[in-house]
Amino acid sequence: MITTTDLTKVYRSRGREVTALDGVDLHVREGEVYGVVGQSGAGKSTLIRCVNLLERPTSGTVSVAGQDLTALAGRGHRAGSALRQARSRVGMVFQHFNLLSSRTVRDNVELPLEILGVSGKERTRKALELLELVGLADKAKAYPAQLSGGQKQRVGIARALAGDPKVLLSDEATSALDPETTRSILQLLRDLNEQLGLTVLLITHEMDVVKRICDSAALMRDGRIVESGKVSELLATPGSELAQELFPVGGVPSGEDRTVVDVTFQGEAATKPVISQLSRTYNIDISILGAAMDTVGGHQVGRMRIELPGRFEENVVPIGFLREQGLQVDVAAIADGPRANPTPLLKEGAK
Amino acid sequence: MTWSEMEPLLEQACWDTLYMVGWSALIAVAGGLPLGVLLVLTDRGGVLRNVVVNKVVGQVVNIARSMPFIILMVALISFTRAIVGTTIGPEAAIVPLAIGAIPFYARLVETSVREVDGGLVEAVQSMGGSTWTVVRKVLLPESLPSLISSATTTIVALIGYSAMAGTVGAGGLGDLAVRYGYLRFETKLMWITVAILAVVIAVIQFAGDLAARGLSHRGRSSVAPRLVLLRGGASRAGKPAPERRAAPAEIETVEPTKVP
Repeated sequence: MITTTDLTKVYRSRGREVTALDGVDLHVREGEVYGVVGQSGAGKSTLIRCVNLLERPTSGTVSVAGQDLTALAGRGHRAGSALRQARSRVGMVFQHFNLLSSRTVRDNVELPLEILGVSGKERTRKALELLELVGLADKAKAYPAQLSGGQKQRVGIARALAGDPKVLLSDEATSALDPETTRSILQLLRDLNEQLGLTVLLITHEMDVVKRICDSAALMRDGRIVESGKVSELLATPGSELAQELFPVGGVPSGEDRTVVDVTFQGEAATKPVISQLSRTYNIDISILGAAMDTVGGHQVGRMRIELPGRFEENVVPIGFLREQGLQVDVAAIADGPRANPTPLLKEGAK
Repeated sequence: MTWSEMEPLLEQACWDTLYMVGWSALIAVAGGLPLGVLLVLTDRGGVLRNVVVNKVVGQVVNIARSMPFIILMVALISFTRAIVGTTIGPEAAIVPLAIGAIPFYARLVETSVREVDGGLVEAVQSMGGSTWTVVRKVLLPESLPSLISSATTTIVALIGYSAMAGTVGAGGLGDLAVRYGYLRFETKLMWITVAILAVVIAVIQFAGDLAARGLSHRGRSSVAPRLVLLRGGASRAGKPAPERRAAPAEIETVEPTKVP
């Protein structure tokens, strides 16, 4: 649905050059929720703004729904009518809502329809329908200043949907909201994704957002995509940084001659009592150093760091048992500090 | 001088002032608004980034702004004659008044429009809005309260300038105060003129503030408590619709009542 190829953006100001995007290849499938995570300055914002060409990429191409937007852009910074038309089919939600304070909630939602040239009556009908959809039908006549942050973002979402887009871009949509509101907005995005078949590309710095609604995710650092793929596959990838970020498990071995193992549970395996089975079958004492369990995309997923007595050589059989149970087992390289030097960073995830 | 002698003088002077100020204010708004918007659009980071246009327009505005009005008036004499056919009387004064006020208002417009959050412009662009849509749907409506305040300031400044326009025989209250009050020692007439000017300015300022506040929806409740008090039983704050209708009606009082 959204594909970027070798996308590069270089900012030049007063002789200095800053590379915000450095050859980004992104592929978002139709109907999925795709999260791009990274710290501030990683280039996430530039990336999402390049997708609808609010920011012109220095090189590379962007295509949305099979249409090459970079080809529509033409030269210069002004958007031609072809690009404007293409943009109107991509909804965008902003961190700071960006609602017009001079317009009521309903008029804000009508704005994209005005731009599309929809007639007055039809605009009103559509706007009220969308406000109903986001649960704000009673606020149609209010002004944005009279709404709470969460309500404002709902209006922002309703407005983004006004042009019946196939793709929704979310630029840190929940970053200015409290945890409770964040959850309800994410739920709304998930519902819209399921009900309308909307493809959502969101950028965020909160891992929780990815955990909660994303089917796929990419990790950005210094303008590059370090890792990307389906969340479930990333979790199954040994040494995946995203998996580690999503389910951080810490813990240092209690002494010499111990084997530390990271176990990732997914799907059915997550419900099996493997640890106690292991303990009983091989008559060994197992201590849990750290664990994290959560629901990712509706599936129970967890990671656990356990400690087995004895060196690795002595534990080959129990580890084999865990693998037989369908679990992913990584032997943590504790010797040189907990994940001080994880597996090489640059790999293209599980594609 | 008796009141019956002063009254027709004052009446005529009032009309002349309103006539000059009204028309020049209208022209100043009509000319200054696009100019101010252009300054913002062509600036670095603006929608129509264009350094050359921005610098040229900016410099023209600066030069016109730095010119003392009385000099501008004299400098424009031949231009005025070309346009209205005379250099004497209120019509002739409108030309330099308007030309002096256009850059004045343009700078105020520039400041007001610049205040509009860039995110809003981006939002409209992401919906597929053109530059014209951005101006019409975002920049102007969002800065409207501030634009009205700026227009009020411009009108008040124009009333000041119009007194100077008396030197080219334009008439008006300022001219009356100079000719009778200063040159003929008619102190009473002068004080009456001053009082009228003070009242006119107060009314304009009040109407402008009222309009600006009525149109602003930024705060949680959009109508200031003071205004609710003034409106007697105005039931509750945060219900801006009636204010909005009331405001333009009041601002009409400063618009030209005499049309040639």
